[in-house]
Amino acid sequence: MRGMRLVRFILTRLLQAVPVVLGVVVLNFLLLQLAPGDAATVLAGEAGGAPAEYIEQLRARFGLDKPVLVQLGLYLKNILFLDLGFSFRNNSPVLGLILDRLWPTLLLMGATLVISVGGGVLLGVVAAIGVRTWRDHLISVAAVIAYATPLFWVGLMLILVFSIRLDWFPTSGMEDVVAFHEGWARVVDIAHHLVLPTITLSLFYLALYTRLMRATVLEQRGAEYATTARAKGLTERAITMRHVLRNALLPVVTMAGVQVGALLGGSVVVETVFAWPGLGQLAFQSLFARDFNLLLGIFFLSACLVVIVNIVVDVIYVLLDPRIRVGSST
Amino acid sequence: MTELPRAMTGPAPAGPADPVLQIRDLSVALPAWADRRLAVNAVSLTVGRGETLCVVGESGSGKSVMARSILRLLPEPHLRIVNGQVLLDGEDLALADDRRMRQIRGGRIAMVFQEPMVSLNPLMTIGRQIEEILEVHTDWGKAERRRRVVATFEDVRLPNPDFIVGAYPHELSGGQRQRVMIAMSLVLEPRLIIADEPTTALDVTTEAQVLTLLKELQQRHGTALLFITHNFGVVAEIADRVAVMRSGELVEYGAVGDVLTNPQHPYTRALIDAVPSLVPRRHPDAPAGSTAEPILTVRGLEKTYGRPSAGPAWLARLVPAIGKGGRGAVKAVDHVDLDIMRGSAVALVGESGSGKSTLARCLIGLEAADAGSALIAGDQIVGLSRSGWRPLRSRIQMVFQDPFASLNPRTRVGDIIARGAVLQGETPAAAMAQAHDLLKLVGLEAKAAERFPHEFSGGQRQRIGIARALAVKPDILIADEPVSALDVSVQKQVLDLLDDLRRRLGLTMLFITHDLRVAAHVCEQIVVLKGGRIVEQGSTAAIFADPQHEYTRMLLASVPGRDWQSRGRNDPVDRVT
Repeated sequence: MRGMRLVRFILTRLLQAVPVVLGVVVLNFLLLQLAPGDAATVLAGEAGGAPAEYIEQLRARFGLDKPVLVQLGLYLKNILFLDLGFSFRNNSPVLGLILDRLWPTLLLMGATLVISVGGGVLLGVVAAIGVRTWRDHLISVAAVIAYATPLFWVGLMLILVFSIRLDWFPTSGMEDVVAFHEGWARVVDIAHHLVLPTITLSLFYLALYTRLMRATVLEQRGAEYATTARAKGLTERAITMRHVLRNALLPVVTMAGVQVGALLGGSVVVETVFAWPGLGQLAFQSLFARDFNLLLGIFFLSACLVVIVNIVVDVIYVLLDPRIRVGSST
Repeated sequence: MTELPRAMTGPAPAGPADPVLQIRDLSVALPAWADRRLAVNAVSLTVGRGETLCVVGESGSGKSVMARSILRLLPEPHLRIVNGQVLLDGEDLALADDRRMRQIRGGRIAMVFQEPMVSLNPLMTIGRQIEEILEVHTDWGKAERRRRVVATFEDVRLPNPDFIVGAYPHELSGGQRQRVMIAMSLVLEPRLIIADEPTTALDVTTEAQVLTLLKELQQRHGTALLFITHNFGVVAEIADRVAVMRSGELVEYGAVGDVLTNPQHPYTRALIDAVPSLVPRRHPDAPAGSTAEPILTVRGLEKTYGRPSAGPAWLARLVPAIGKGGRGAVKAVDHVDLDIMRGSAVALVGESGSGKSTLARCLIGLEAADAGSALIAGDQIVGLSRSGWRPLRSRIQMVFQDPFASLNPRTRVGDIIARGAVLQGETPAAAMAQAHDLLKLVGLEAKAAERFPHEFSGGQRQRIGIARALAVKPDILIADEPVSALDVSVQKQVLDLLDDLRRRLGLTMLFITHDLRVAAHVCEQIVVLKGGRIVEQGSTAAIFADPQHEYTRMLLASVPGRDWQSRGRNDPVDRVT
């Protein structure tokens, strides 16, 4: 019964997501029109100047000479068939370009989520259990420092210390391209490259979830049901593990769901600092090349990603909290 | 009776023959920043086998801290036992280590808390939460544990125990949840049950059922019961002996009959006198019904929350949660007809979910009624827009239930009161002068206007709330449970104030309450609501003397301590138990 309703709930949410994503596409399209210059002027500029007729010719080839609304209509029509257009800059279809860059970004985001949520929950619980002991103080102070430090600075410092001085980790890239590793050796190589970017990207969120988890565990330990559990004769450890932890997780799950979008934004900086060949870096490059087709494609995919993650978070929430009724579509 | 001094000057009275719990000179320290040094000051009590000891006191009396210190559930080190003994069958719990305390908790002494909704883990099934006790204290197998849980549910007469074992707390009603808590306390047949205001959060009829159940179970199992309450009605209902606490000290301690009929300490006397009488009031000066014209006329008023179930009907039948929840339409007010005469005081009585608050909110325009009509002195209010309401705001005003939540904490009391009059076109200076007068009228000083709400006690805040409502000179005052958040002794003062103001200012009062005693105290007419419908209405005296509807009879029968109260407490009565 519950399972069936859950499936229906997911399908409903997916259907509801379609207008949201289309709205995002339209908005992005119109916003990009506001940016000065287009792909033709950038190409011409890089060639060291070109006659006006040539620029016009380029525009006609890219379809940039048509009225904006016509361009938008065409784009929307194409997107319905999952045709994201052609990147003239890279001379290849947008979809292929993006899919190539998608999995490094997913890898980075996944690793970051696991580290920040997992580590944050763990550290938060440790701090809350030993509240006002040296453990709590250490974790809390470290969390504040990590929370206040800018991302790019952390990245640069990590490179400086661990790559350049100590030479423990590579400075940039996702794998050693000249080594031609295969199989497990390649996995290990990628994992080795992954360490610094992941730490950089997760440090802020790790601090955030640690603080949140510490606060909610402390709050929940003071709740009446925890007193009831104490009155039943349970040990403090059993109370925390069986009763408090699950209740305290709910706000963290909500927060993590909201922040996946922000994580994508943060990955632009990190991917640039570490030359990580992901979507963020691609977006950065395409923006400067005025490669709007590619940029729109990335935005479209990001929107889809955020929507999907939000649905996943909702499903996790339903599984964690029996009070939430699935099926009521309000 | 008088040769044994009960006021706590001499030694404690001789306890029961078979003591289970003996508390001797127990003192609990408060943190340094508190307004007094000891939460519990040298309290000595005894509870015997099969006996019920009621500990009575108002908020801040230290009764709950005392109860929790028995099981050492205090938030140490802020609150800690500094002196005294807590003897359970001769063993001093104040000295026991953590391991021993865990064996005692749940096994030898169980506790029932006030609010069953927050006392149960919302994310764990009821069955699991009770089984946990058995897991901790016994080495029984899973099947055996389950059998015991189901048997205990049957013992506390929970319907459909097999369903409840797998249910979550939010799927049960308030009364069922409290039965679950009682089942949880009984499952290992402890020597002592400590119940901390276990019925305060429940409806009257549910309260009566839970009290009967507790009494019956206690007699059957021979358990000692330490019952914390602020309500002398409950005391009359279940206690064998009573202890009265004030500011951490025991002021009176004795058999229930003696204390109720012949209280020694003035504080006890004040508390007993403060309990609203079940005897309906007589109004020699009440306006005769025949000459007064109706000021409020309600015809066919309806309000429905939610919308009809979107899913198939069979689904709603199979899973009641769907039908009951956000999807199902709830008729909160169902075709209500009501006439309220100018200058009268009418009580809207009903339990939670009866629609009494919704009706009031429709009348004051906080909710829009779906259908029907309501006329205030001839002016239609159903279907009015916000701007249409504005001139009528000065006709009808409301005093809200929670004086802590209903006053803006960042606004000075004077501004809170004056704002309504200013919005009605008064000049700020005149409105402030009027606010000063109103403060004096409700029994506060005029200079209270300069202070902020948090500087006042609950009763004082409710007086401010009343002054605020009166600032626009309304004809009708709606009071929505204005005293249910207050202590007993303060309740009486606020009720008397409302009654006094009504007569002096010629107000019409609509008094919403769940408590028939409160209704009897201030209103000469009663309207009984159930499920959004009026089931009975008439004069207070007539309804109390001869209730027509079965539900009214049930409400009357459920008032705790009704036998004691209807005797008239000032008459000498020998024994009440």
